[in-house]
Amino acid sequence: MKHKLAVLVENNPGVLAKVSNLFSRRGYNIESLVVSDTEDKTVSRMTIVVDGDEKIIEQVTKQLHKLVDVIKVNDLTNDDIVSRQLLLVRVAADHETRAEIIQIMDIFRARIIDIGRRSMIIEATGDEDKIEAIVKSLQPFGIQEIVKTGVSAMVRSPKEK
Amino acid sequence: MLGADILLHCLELHGVDTVFGLPGGVVIPLYDRLKEFPNIHHVLVRHEQGAAHAADGYARSTGKVGVCFATSGPGATNLVTGIATANMDSIPMVCIMGQVVKELLGTDGFQEAHMTSVCQSISKHTYSVTDAAQLPDIIEEAFFVAQSGRPGPVVIDIPKDVFVQNVDIPYNKGTVRGRILNKYKPCQVNKEQVKKVAEYIKQAERPMLVVGGGVNNRIADSTLLVNLAQKADMPVATTLMARGVFPSDSKYSVGMPGMHGTVEANYVVQHCDCLVAVGMRFDDRVTSDISKFAPNAKHIVHVDIDPAEIGKNVVTDFPLVADSIDFLEALYEQLQQCNHADWVEEVNANRYEVQSPVGSVLPPKETFAFIDQCVDDETIVATDVGQHQMWAALFLNTKGPRKFITSGGLGTMGFGLPAAIGTQFGNPDKNVILITGDGSFQMNLQELAIVKKYKLPLKICLMNNGFLGMVHQWQKFFYNENYSATILDSAPDWAKLADAYDINYMRIDTMEQCNETLAEVLTSKEGWLIDFRIDANADVYPMVPAGKGLDDILVGE
Repeated sequence: MKHKLAVLVENNPGVLAKVSNLFSRRGYNIESLVVSDTEDKTVSRMTIVVDGDEKIIEQVTKQLHKLVDVIKVNDLTNDDIVSRQLLLVRVAADHETRAEIIQIMDIFRARIIDIGRRSMIIEATGDEDKIEAIVKSLQPFGIQEIVKTGVSAMVRSPKEK
Repeated sequence: MLGADILLHCLELHGVDTVFGLPGGVVIPLYDRLKEFPNIHHVLVRHEQGAAHAADGYARSTGKVGVCFATSGPGATNLVTGIATANMDSIPMVCIMGQVVKELLGTDGFQEAHMTSVCQSISKHTYSVTDAAQLPDIIEEAFFVAQSGRPGPVVIDIPKDVFVQNVDIPYNKGTVRGRILNKYKPCQVNKEQVKKVAEYIKQAERPMLVVGGGVNNRIADSTLLVNLAQKADMPVATTLMARGVFPSDSKYSVGMPGMHGTVEANYVVQHCDCLVAVGMRFDDRVTSDISKFAPNAKHIVHVDIDPAEIGKNVVTDFPLVADSIDFLEALYEQLQQCNHADWVEEVNANRYEVQSPVGSVLPPKETFAFIDQCVDDETIVATDVGQHQMWAALFLNTKGPRKFITSGGLGTMGFGLPAAIGTQFGNPDKNVILITGDGSFQMNLQELAIVKKYKLPLKICLMNNGFLGMVHQWQKFFYNENYSATILDSAPDWAKLADAYDINYMRIDTMEQCNETLAEVLTSKEGWLIDFRIDANADVYPMVPAGKGLDDILVGE
């Protein structure tokens, strides 16, 4: 099962290497990893998607926490979260298919950001399911290139009752 | 104030009295200032690996933080084996490495190696210093991190220009960041949980206790464990990292479990219905085939200061994150007097004494027993790695914690001599015995120069059988006696070697020579190389072949 981990780390050079090293050394597979600075300049936040059973995730969490540079590790898997991924895709498109693609992309609220004579580039954000659906819907037209970021995630604010 | 002065002053404030190291280009400015700090005694090694192991031996035997210096590039990479050794056995060290000047960083400058990345997975933490003003805080934090929670080695990488940087900062100790203090906040042992463990032990029919390096690191003497064993009326096994923490002559003592563990320790593990493990990590050399480990244990209680160890190898139904001593004290308090007399009797009925090969003129078991009876209770034994290490663990009755200095986790050949030297510097009044083999000894024997210079009264017991014994044994048992690359012919003339370093030499070929003269040598105030021509046909027994359960134990040919 895929788990999303939110990891707060010291914003030092080399911390990213320490974290990714840990994954490779212990044989855990990183599905995606996003790192950025936060509201606190001394702290960076990583969102790591890792595949594994409960035992592996428990080990990953504990081993991450052992790193001196790691401040906090949260498994967001069972939390109510919003998660987003950015997709750029270049798809084959000529005068016959262009209109149809634009129509489909409208449904997904994706944007066309560049058009050439035989292809166009589409930009979309969304959770993993939406991104996957967009890619699938474009496949029949001929996908030439895909670039995706990893997943960023945030816990939803508590709602008033 | 110069960066080098700040560094040395901070070490002084931490009570560092001995540093092991070897200078090189980028650390000349550091060594240049050493004479201003007479409280810090620098011991010049002949190879940086020796510096790391010596600092390690010093730390293991004294409980203090071991400190070593090395220059950038090859100096620093030479420390790597020593750092990994300390890391595997959770030994607190601070390793200070020079680095090329900041301007050259990343340019493949002369003697540049990116040590913080090299050391990442083999140390507890690494620091890169970029400004001399950071030194007080970094040194303070490095010592704190090295000793807190599960101890380990910390690396500090310092570019040459930082040593000569002049900064105007207060001349006192730095501070540890709140975040780090918080991370290693001492955890309170949960009384309710301990009560539950006490109930398990009371209700069990066949309970046992296994203690490891985590207990050796923290315990002052055996009293607590002896009292606990009596109250719980249960056998106590001690892993390789905990030799000596429990008196071996007790009816509760079963010795070491695992691959080369005793028959009784493995019997207890395989037959117990409640296993309480404290400060040990279920290494594969302890568990052998993990699926067959402790098959009858209804409860496995695992107590460790490092949460990541719990549930890593062995599934436990009772995880408990705590300091080993806090737990053992709380357990003793909560426990009611138990009665497991039948079990203890059963265990004692299943003791097995390994027999030496028939006709052996210098059998290991008897040789070690002789060494054991010659030395006093305060003697510290350092070992190398291999057959002699297992014989030492099996046949020496180490009395007390921190008296058996050995590379357990990493199994580093070449560890012994420098570790024994570090031990002797940390314990100048104690008798230090090195048990080594002809393979291990030749890996770091350049450090005999230190024995010569300081006239260290080390007793080097060379268990000399002319081959890489442990590998040889495996080849004999499992590889059709194909002794590929394990014959150590062209050995040096050991007498001449000892003479070259002004060390006394003695050769022992038979048990008859294990007499009063040898006894005197083993307790003398001079350095000795004692060349035991140990029986080359003797193997290490008991042995559980790799991949077998602990009940599949071989006890002799």
